[in-house]
Amino acid sequence: MAKIRLATIWLGGCSGCHMSFLDLDEWLFDFAEKVDVVFSPVGSDIKDYPENVDVCLVEGAVANEENLELLREARQRTKFLISFGDCAVTANVPAMRNMLGGSEPVLKRCYLELGDEHPQLPNFPGIVPELLDRVRPVHEMVEVDMYIPGCPPDANRIRKAIAPLLEGQTPDMTGRDMIKFG
Amino acid sequence: MSVKTLTIDGVPIAIEEGTTVLEAARQNGVHIPTLCHLEGISDVGACRLCLVEINGSPKLQPACVTEVAEGMNIRTNTETLQDYRRTIVELLFAEGNHVCAVCVANGHCELQDLAIEVGMDHSRLPYRFPEREIDVSHDRFGIDHNRCVLCTRCVRVCDEIEGAHVWDVAYRGAALKVVTGLNQPWGAVDACTSCGKCVDACPTGAIFRKGSTVAEMERDRDRLEFIVNARKDHQWTR
Amino acid sequence: MDLNELLEIAEKERQRAASVRIRCCTAAGCASSGAEEIKDRLEQSIKDAGLDNTVEVCSVGCMKFCGRGPLVEIDIPGVLYQQVSGDQVEAIVDALKQNKAAESGATPLDREHPFFTLQQPIVLENSGKINPERIEEYIAVGGYQNLYHVIHDMSPDEVVDEVTRSGLRGRGGGGYPTGLKWATVAKMPEGQKYVICNADEGDPGAFMDRSVLESDPHRIIEGMAIAAYAIGANHGYIYVRAEYPLAIKRLETAIKQAKRLGLMGSQIFDSPFDFKIDIRVGAGAFVCGEETALMQSIEGGRGNPRPRPPYPAQSGLWHSPTLINNVETFANIPAIVREGADWFASIGTEKSKGTKVFALTGKIRNTGLIEVPMGIALREIVEKMGGGVPRGEVKAVQTGGPSGGCIPAHLFDTPVEYDSLIQLGTMMGSGGMIVMDTETSMVDVAQFYMEFCRGESCGKCIPCRAGTVQMYQMLTKILRGEATLIDLEQLERVCGMVKATSLCGLGQTAPNPVLSTLRYFREEYLELLKDSPKAQGVASR
Repeated sequence: MAKIRLATIWLGGCSGCHMSFLDLDEWLFDFAEKVDVVFSPVGSDIKDYPENVDVCLVEGAVANEENLELLREARQRTKFLISFGDCAVTANVPAMRNMLGGSEPVLKRCYLELGDEHPQLPNFPGIVPELLDRVRPVHEMVEVDMYIPGCPPDANRIRKAIAPLLEGQTPDMTGRDMIKFG
Repeated sequence: MSVKTLTIDGVPIAIEEGTTVLEAARQNGVHIPTLCHLEGISDVGACRLCLVEINGSPKLQPACVTEVAEGMNIRTNTETLQDYRRTIVELLFAEGNHVCAVCVANGHCELQDLAIEVGMDHSRLPYRFPEREIDVSHDRFGIDHNRCVLCTRCVRVCDEIEGAHVWDVAYRGAALKVVTGLNQPWGAVDACTSCGKCVDACPTGAIFRKGSTVAEMERDRDRLEFIVNARKDHQWTR
Repeated sequence: MDLNELLEIAEKERQRAASVRIRCCTAAGCASSGAEEIKDRLEQSIKDAGLDNTVEVCSVGCMKFCGRGPLVEIDIPGVLYQQVSGDQVEAIVDALKQNKAAESGATPLDREHPFFTLQQPIVLENSGKINPERIEEYIAVGGYQNLYHVIHDMSPDEVVDEVTRSGLRGRGGGGYPTGLKWATVAKMPEGQKYVICNADEGDPGAFMDRSVLESDPHRIIEGMAIAAYAIGANHGYIYVRAEYPLAIKRLETAIKQAKRLGLMGSQIFDSPFDFKIDIRVGAGAFVCGEETALMQSIEGGRGNPRPRPPYPAQSGLWHSPTLINNVETFANIPAIVREGADWFASIGTEKSKGTKVFALTGKIRNTGLIEVPMGIALREIVEKMGGGVPRGEVKAVQTGGPSGGCIPAHLFDTPVEYDSLIQLGTMMGSGGMIVMDTETSMVDVAQFYMEFCRGESCGKCIPCRAGTVQMYQMLTKILRGEATLIDLEQLERVCGMVKATSLCGLGQTAPNPVLSTLRYFREEYLELLKDSPKAQGVASR
């Protein structure tokens, strides 16, 4: 049987969900027998999102142009997209920027008001991605097939969510163990 | 004592007249979700989570303020009700700034529990990210309006049990907020006795003890019911 | 005060009347276009012309054709001038002097226009005819005789029975049978009871109750007193919004006058019946028109609705049994007592008796106040009375304000009655009737009302407080062309949820303008979606 082609991507987040994923420890060996990791910040060195991905775990909120571009690419090339962790699901901490009235006041505060040596706004078109005015959860930008909330979702939750998928079954995403935020 | 017989989710029950549907359900092991309800204080029927279907009533009725009647046939958990409840919880998450990951009440929060209960793995409604204040002018307590769900438990507990009426609500619609005194900083309100009943009543991390950090705030919910019933039950300690 | 004294006042007032009367509408509509100044100038000119012995200039209430104010009527030979300006005053007086009032240069209105001829005034029978600030004029047209008759010749039960048999239904919008409401309060055990007149009219575009209060305030007082007698109350409140200063002033005047003549207070008409009325001025919250919120507000609390039951009839103001009726409902009472229940029941349709006052506004030629028998076709109102739209074609009529919906032009043959309007997805409402032409975007209309409800939600219950905000945002997204079919489905889902779960009528009906425009004008929504759903074949869903 052909292995499942799995990708993970990391948008606006702290990488905690990926760390939690690595916490799966020895189960990762079983996992590796069924899955090819074709794109991942923690499991692959490929720079371009490949075609024909079966499952993608998306960590992080959509905070800048690069996040959006990668997410759209991932959606196009992936059969089953999982919103992975609270930032992806609710936009969580990165979205606290939204309460401050968009990207501009945040940039100004950060780079001008608090800039010690050379206060200036970052501006390298094509290199430094522009911030979106509003940080959004993944499902507001693309269609999402499954949600694994949690900040981060612990390894056990990740395993209970993913293991059934490998067997072609739908996991039961209910109850405190599976969908508690935070 | 007069007794009413009725059916809740198909199970026939007999219950004392004057009991609310909510109480009748609980006594018979049927759980109905609530948020603005708190044992010991009056009910206002505001959160709409406890709405149930009652045969013969064209409208859904809030279980917390509806008294049992003879022959009632009540359904507490139909698919329609489940969807309404999830939408209500989504509306609550969307209207405030509820970031569980950095909240003092994480793990001990009724809103968070409700989200789990109604199966909310994400909000179908967009978050609004309103600009809200934090008031930490009181010596011992603080209120973070970002986390307030406007259940008015603090208002009722302060008015009905402590008798201080420090809390009230001001403005309307999306601008509605709970206020202390005449919309003054909490610390400037002389009427506040610092009894902490509002802290125990708050379902989320909105009203907190200063110095608590993420996931540290636990509340003593039964304390209020105990205080209310102490004299009646002649129970002075617990 | 006894009947003879009352009749004496009436007779004296009839004797006093000058041979010719110039009536100037000084209700809010005409007042806003300078009616007071016109009236003063007319008075001066009459004096200057030496006609003040035979001609009297009087201030009266609404003469209905509000869009053409200031209105001035001369009773002999019977001419109604529209849009009277200050420089026409001399000409009017000159013409009057030469008995050629019709040729004065001011523009007369055609009294044979369907706008007038299709009206059937009951509630507005004195409106525009008597001076609302003089109780004598109300008495001269038979006022307070009904109250006398009720107190002396009828038992409270007979009054309730009369109202029940009349078939009158609540004019505030819900259409609850008035007699049944009265009977419920009357049957509550004896003790403190209250009568409340809900004058918190707040629908955008509605000004029926304001006109009644400004034009015939004693009628409301008499109606309330009859109700109080019937249900056993001795205290009434009129809850009127602060935005109606003239109505408040005229009510205050009327109450003072009624007290002075012993028509209010203790032992009215030398009977054991006591009744007094206090005015409570609302602070501008739409939700205070909801009866439980209104009572909270009268009690001095925040105007928040509470769950019902208990209904006001069982436990209302200060936990006492309370009767709450709308202005127009009370205004019908004196006529029902005078002419009898059978007479009233003969007007209108089987389930909607009597007449209804509508404020006809929007994109229509003839703007104003109309009182028509129930069952009249919408087409008669819009096309004949209203004269159609100035440009383009009529598209729809909105009734019921923020709680109602739009009726498309192809359904204009529908009779105006409670149940037929509900079947169309709207409601009678308190009487706002806003006409829309083909240039009007129905999504815009829906957004307008949602914005209104969003701002007026008291915030107590979550579906209304947060749901209206979400619905408003979705409508805005649709109008900006940023929405997809998924958003539209989401909008409908939230509409259904807010309707089913909100605590009071405001929230329960807030989705109606959206639902009704979706029902009849769905294609306007679909056209605004960004992924051209028509191409995907979903337009026929």
